[in-house]
Amino acid sequence: MRHFVRSRTMLGVATLSVAALALAGCAADDGAGDTATDVVADTDTDTAMAAGCEAFADYMGNEGETVEIYTTIIEPESTLFQESFVEFEDCTGITIEWNGDQAFEEQIAVRVAGGTAPDLAIFPQPGLLKSFAADMVPASAAVASSVDSNYTADWKNYGTVDGTFYAAPLGANVKSFVWYSPKTFADNGWSIPTTWDAMLTLSDEIAASDYAGTAWCAGIESGAATGWAATDWMEDLMLRFQDAATYDSWVDHSMPFNDPKVAEVISEAGKILKNADYVGNVSAIATTSFSAGGAGVVDGSCAMHRQASFLGGILVGDYGATVVSPEDTDVESGISTFYFPGVSADSTPALGGGEFVGAFSDAPAVEAVQLYLTSPDWNNAKAALGGWFSANLGLDTANVADPVNAVAVEILQNASTFRFDASDLMPGEVGAGSFWTEMTAWIAEDKADQAVLDAIEATWPAS
Amino acid sequence: MRNTLWETIAPNLTLLVISLAAFAAVIYALFLIGSRASVKWQGWLRYGVFLGPALLLLLVGLIYPALRTLWMSFMDKSSENFIGFDNYIWAFSIPEIQIVLRNTMLWVIFVPLLSTLIGLAIAYMTDRMKRAGIVKSLIFMPMAISFVGASVIWNFVYNFEPSENKPEIGLLNAINRGLGLEPQNFLLTPPWNTFFLIIVLVWIQTGFAMVILSAAMKNVPDEVVEAAMLDGASNWRRFTRVTLPMIRGTVVVVLTTITIGTLKVFDIVRTMTGGNFQTNVIANEMYAQSFRQLNYGQGSTLAVILFIGVVPIIWYNVRQLRLERTER
Amino acid sequence: MTTLTPAATKRKKAKDAFSSPIASGIAIVIAVLWTIPTFSLLVTSIRPEQDINTSGWWTFFVNPSVSFENYEKVLFVGTGVNPPMFQYFFNSLAVTIPSVIFPITLAVFAAYALAWFDFKGRDFIFFSIFALQVVPLQLTLVPLLQLFAKGLVIGETTLIPALGITGTYIPIWIAHTIFGLPLAIFLLHNFLRQIPRELIEAGRVDGANWFTMFTKIVLPLSIPAIASFLIFQFLWVWNDLLVGLTFGAGSKSVAPMTVRLAEMVGTRGSGWEVLTAGAFVSIIVPLIVFFALQRYFVRGLLAGSVKG
Repeated sequence: MRHFVRSRTMLGVATLSVAALALAGCAADDGAGDTATDVVADTDTDTAMAAGCEAFADYMGNEGETVEIYTTIIEPESTLFQESFVEFEDCTGITIEWNGDQAFEEQIAVRVAGGTAPDLAIFPQPGLLKSFAADMVPASAAVASSVDSNYTADWKNYGTVDGTFYAAPLGANVKSFVWYSPKTFADNGWSIPTTWDAMLTLSDEIAASDYAGTAWCAGIESGAATGWAATDWMEDLMLRFQDAATYDSWVDHSMPFNDPKVAEVISEAGKILKNADYVGNVSAIATTSFSAGGAGVVDGSCAMHRQASFLGGILVGDYGATVVSPEDTDVESGISTFYFPGVSADSTPALGGGEFVGAFSDAPAVEAVQLYLTSPDWNNAKAALGGWFSANLGLDTANVADPVNAVAVEILQNASTFRFDASDLMPGEVGAGSFWTEMTAWIAEDKADQAVLDAIEATWPAS
Repeated sequence: MRNTLWETIAPNLTLLVISLAAFAAVIYALFLIGSRASVKWQGWLRYGVFLGPALLLLLVGLIYPALRTLWMSFMDKSSENFIGFDNYIWAFSIPEIQIVLRNTMLWVIFVPLLSTLIGLAIAYMTDRMKRAGIVKSLIFMPMAISFVGASVIWNFVYNFEPSENKPEIGLLNAINRGLGLEPQNFLLTPPWNTFFLIIVLVWIQTGFAMVILSAAMKNVPDEVVEAAMLDGASNWRRFTRVTLPMIRGTVVVVLTTITIGTLKVFDIVRTMTGGNFQTNVIANEMYAQSFRQLNYGQGSTLAVILFIGVVPIIWYNVRQLRLERTER
Repeated sequence: MTTLTPAATKRKKAKDAFSSPIASGIAIVIAVLWTIPTFSLLVTSIRPEQDINTSGWWTFFVNPSVSFENYEKVLFVGTGVNPPMFQYFFNSLAVTIPSVIFPITLAVFAAYALAWFDFKGRDFIFFSIFALQVVPLQLTLVPLLQLFAKGLVIGETTLIPALGITGTYIPIWIAHTIFGLPLAIFLLHNFLRQIPRELIEAGRVDGANWFTMFTKIVLPLSIPAIASFLIFQFLWVWNDLLVGLTFGAGSKSVAPMTVRLAEMVGTRGSGWEVLTAGAFVSIIVPLIVFFALQRYFVRGLLAGSVKG
């Protein structure tokens, strides 16, 4: 009798253990995306959704799926992205999970190595994209053809690695801008400079005057990405002080990073960034965030700030600014931009950048989202929310909400020389690595020009 | 549409509960089987159940990866080609990495030293204090705080506001301004910034040293101290001549434990300066090399160097341990 | 109590005189200074956003205005992109509890075996495990990560298949268990050795096998040591950043609070108010655990390092 009971106990325990282990295995799988509740919710409102959702016909058939987008874009810009997805999510039943992380460039490597790569990743650097091409899923034929019809060949090229097309363009920005307050300029009687030398003269004038703020403000802190803002200075100046061909050879490394031509450029940058008369405390630039750096223009603590077109959205969202046109000289906290001048008034190269959406998963819902992001529909809807634009040919500039971005789009579409941000094109180890950290050292520790360039050159991956 | 809080937590909670239950069930089952098995089987089973899991985990989880990392340190970026000692040469010859090594040495020297000295001092001062518990608890408290939390806390001490027109939020700089001194960007200027970071770890570790040394001091019998001293000798001499030598073993243990911990700390540097401004240490740079530079060879090399730095300490400890064991 | 000789009385008086006011006073001052940084965090976290950005926290005492908005925002509201802190709090709990239970269980088992089983090579294994304490997490990070993601393949043979557990808590649990084992085994072993040999012998004579001896004799006796190490491991895991960051691999649904906190620090200078509230939330649990269970904690630390 006792024997019997004991073996039954054992059997019961054994079964329980096996069952528990099996359940644990299932629970681990289920953990990612429980779909039951979503589907139930959707069928209730099916009929209501069908009306007005014809535009989303191409993306249907994926109800209840969740797609994760991993990106560097955080508040306040991310809020607008999420707003722009609402209709898509309502109609298609796909949930887009926005995962913003300032340490993206570092964590994407950890995620890929650790086997938890996201569904979609927004790469701000084509160079970084290249490092992960082996783990990515090539863009589907639908996405490829959408990109062919909606973007120029250049933009498709940025997302192409070794002949295979992976990542569709997302947003674009123009970087050759100087932000300023029309009111401050008008109040002080300053005029917008149209050449580099004129800009330096203006800076001297401001420094010598009794204007309470500094001529320039700058900030390059950005968490794990600290230093990128300084690389933008280098690139803009490279386009102005050297020619486009030199720029290109700088990017593809047919010219070494520590070439004398690059040394010329960094020394020009130092004329403003490392000039205490213009910026006040030089080393503090390294501990000032790139957005706080621009905020000085809003409250009048500085006259000029060089930054890309997307700054507008941040200044409006976080610092209470209003984007105005240059003529609105009586708006308090009004901000506008002027073109970052070239060496002469008729040399007007433009530097720009953009992001690219690559897929690590070939699930249909993921492809649907990637496809949707290339559509003129989405691009127009997003631009209408303000502070953003893209290189999508179907983008109606009337939709681009603010004056600054409208000008940016114009520049983008009409530039004489247009070049994509160099650090973004360089291999990730440099462009999202040593270029950033060395420029930070250049500013924070007053590291010598040549030492900085040598250090960067040393990290360039062999072939 | 978007997952509610509950929807995200629910599957995780399920996994948690099921895993704990499964673990308990498996152990229960093993014990049941073990205690009912025949004597012959028991001989083997007891090793399998008691020693097996731990050894297996350590083998697969520590020894194998450690060996593999060692192997990777002799390979190139993508771990495909053997390149001998090139990575090691790189580590010792590139100025940027030399700074990382130098910083790590500074941490390794100053954190254990300062923590132990201050801990010892406080243990001494509170030795015969009434209600020493409160004082000790307060000093020990930082040990309970994560390194990241500590970094946030100390950010508010070191914060620097460049513009004179804006208020100073950092404690030290507010004091500076109040006294009419120039506010400093503490975390920016090398090499002092490394020391300011070191202070954070000392703040955390001193409590640990204090508690252990205090207990060790209390363990020294009063009679021994009294008997060994001449009449009228001051407390100080009593302390240095008698107590200290008797707790020497404990002091060594405290020093070595804190040293090992210091080598591994990566959170403080990563959170407060991101490794910029010449503050980087091996623990952090290793991460950057592997995941920013995507160079597993160089990252692994730094990890190996880190390990080598610790080996003499542990070898000394193992020796001490063996001596103690034979004494028993 | 024996009466003291005149000389001894003098000594005692001198000792007492020295130790009291000055030394105690200095110790108290140091303790207060020591606590100021943490205190400043608490004060900042209950101030309204406006105040934080415009004045230092010490002005709070001149102009107190308390607001728990920050806590509300951090705990329950979150931002558009990030879930509220509550989720991370849950994750910290969910990560920590098994990461404490698993290693301690396995460590007690192993310590028992190493203390009381007699076999050749026992000492070697013990010293090796002791030495493993020193292996830095960084040394094993990348291979371990790859192990969880792709399994173990040597040459043509697959020793461990890809388990499909990435993105869940499981890799984090396993990693913490692995790293906690060496020290746990060492400390528990020291303790278990102190169980009188006679007890074990008696058990064997009575015919008890190793398993029942464990549950009936060894386990009850080792509760104090287990309790103190449990607290130690809890604090260690709760406060860990590196393991959660790497093995959680960017998945917000399993990231513990330290990861979120580190992220928040990196976000632009604005947002001090949520950062401080978030930081305080993340340190309140370990602080409570610490204060409630101080005695055991200290006992645990001392178990291995001070004789007797």
